[in-house]
Amino acid sequence: MTATLAATGVPKLARGVRLRHDEARGQWVLLAPERVLNPDPVAVEILKKVDGARSIDAIVDELASAFTVERTTVATDVDAFLSGLAEKGLIEVTLPVIGDAAS
Amino acid sequence: MSLIEEPRSRVEVPARPAPPIPYGMLAELTHRCPLQCPYCSNPVELDRRNVELDTETWLRVFSEAAKLGVLQVHLSGGEPTARRDLEQMIRHCVEVGLYTNLITAGVGVTPERLQAISDAGIDHVQLSFQGATAEMTDKVSNFRGAHERKMAVAREVRRLGLPLTVNSVVHRANIHQIPDFIELALALDARRIEIAHSQYYGWALRNRGALMPTRDQVFWALDVVEEARVRLKGVLTIDAVVPDYYAKYPKPCMNGWGRQSLNVTPSGKVLPCHAAETIPSLDFWNVREHSLTDVWLNSPAFNAFRGTDWMPDLCKSCERKEIDWGGCRCQAMAIAGDAAATDPACHLSPLHADLLALAEADAEGSDIYDYRRYFQPDRAG
Repeated sequence: MTATLAATGVPKLARGVRLRHDEARGQWVLLAPERVLNPDPVAVEILKKVDGARSIDAIVDELASAFTVERTTVATDVDAFLSGLAEKGLIEVTLPVIGDAAS
Repeated sequence: MSLIEEPRSRVEVPARPAPPIPYGMLAELTHRCPLQCPYCSNPVELDRRNVELDTETWLRVFSEAAKLGVLQVHLSGGEPTARRDLEQMIRHCVEVGLYTNLITAGVGVTPERLQAISDAGIDHVQLSFQGATAEMTDKVSNFRGAHERKMAVAREVRRLGLPLTVNSVVHRANIHQIPDFIELALALDARRIEIAHSQYYGWALRNRGALMPTRDQVFWALDVVEEARVRLKGVLTIDAVVPDYYAKYPKPCMNGWGRQSLNVTPSGKVLPCHAAETIPSLDFWNVREHSLTDVWLNSPAFNAFRGTDWMPDLCKSCERKEIDWGGCRCQAMAIAGDAAATDPACHLSPLHADLLALAEADAEGSDIYDYRRYFQPDRAG
């Protein structure tokens, strides 16, 4: 399948969206305007790496090696999950600037 | 920091099945407000400034809320920016892990203040619009120039990168503007709009004859909202609070009494919903004397209508009892004169036909508002 998001894109949670561990209920939650979402364990592993610094490529690499899963499988899952979040406005994906004026 | 120790033993050995953990807390920081909306959700008896909780008490309440399991705090009023310590409260909420939502009328809020609120870490801003046009907003809020100020605040909120929700309360005079409210939200780059039909408690109950829409207006509005929801999927989230006087089923008020949320008034009373004080038999505990956990678990008011045991047979035997939760207790009080009765909005209630007749009569009522007024202008600022 074709990826929806650019692999070099850097995702970060949109302003007003927060991932936190909910001690009282013993689960991770994604908090958004008037919404409390319960990400499943796979989604939580992806979300923990969405930090505005790692690219999608880097996230896929790290998850593939951490869980010893086929890279293409991870790439498909990550793309499907993150593009869903992007569509809902919960994450923003920025593309790195091509070329460096200083070099 | 906490002045009152949480009663641990009660948490671990509950006398009854443990109640659910609340997700949200509405913090009504003050009843002061520059606007005079006739449908205000505040009680008719407003709290004066000198009975408002102090900063230290609010901070303790937020800490206790986080410990209890509350995830989102809605900072509301009145107008919450009337509290000079708002930024301090937001910072504290962020520190204890609470998601903060500001619910503001956006009048008298300068760009500098918004910057400070943003810097303190606010997560989301809900801004009310009483109309989709300046003429309507200014008339309903009884404040000349309110609309233009709100527009400026909305633009500033988005300039700061904060997510914006437009809150619109609709009733007979402005219900036809629903499509314009949606266009306004899109133009202001809001990602979410609440279209809330006026709910008849407090000031709105007093003004019901001037607010009640006709049946045709209500059904037209439902269609418009459904169409817009489909058309704007992924662009604008539309959350609607439905009108229930013309409905078949009652609203699942608060998704069940004492089940998901709680409300703290400016003077520290803890309520299961913002209108609960209209039920005279209930005894509300205050955060000045009790921890929030103690109130949630043990106060008589929270346990009065929790779960399904309190229900009349009509509700108890109904397959929708855990969908509707018996509807709204305050409406049962207001219409049936008994807070434990089936909500008259339910088609099975013996008072259902009366409620419909009431609505139809009120829809023909006078358009003159009894505006909500907050005592004397507060010169101390």
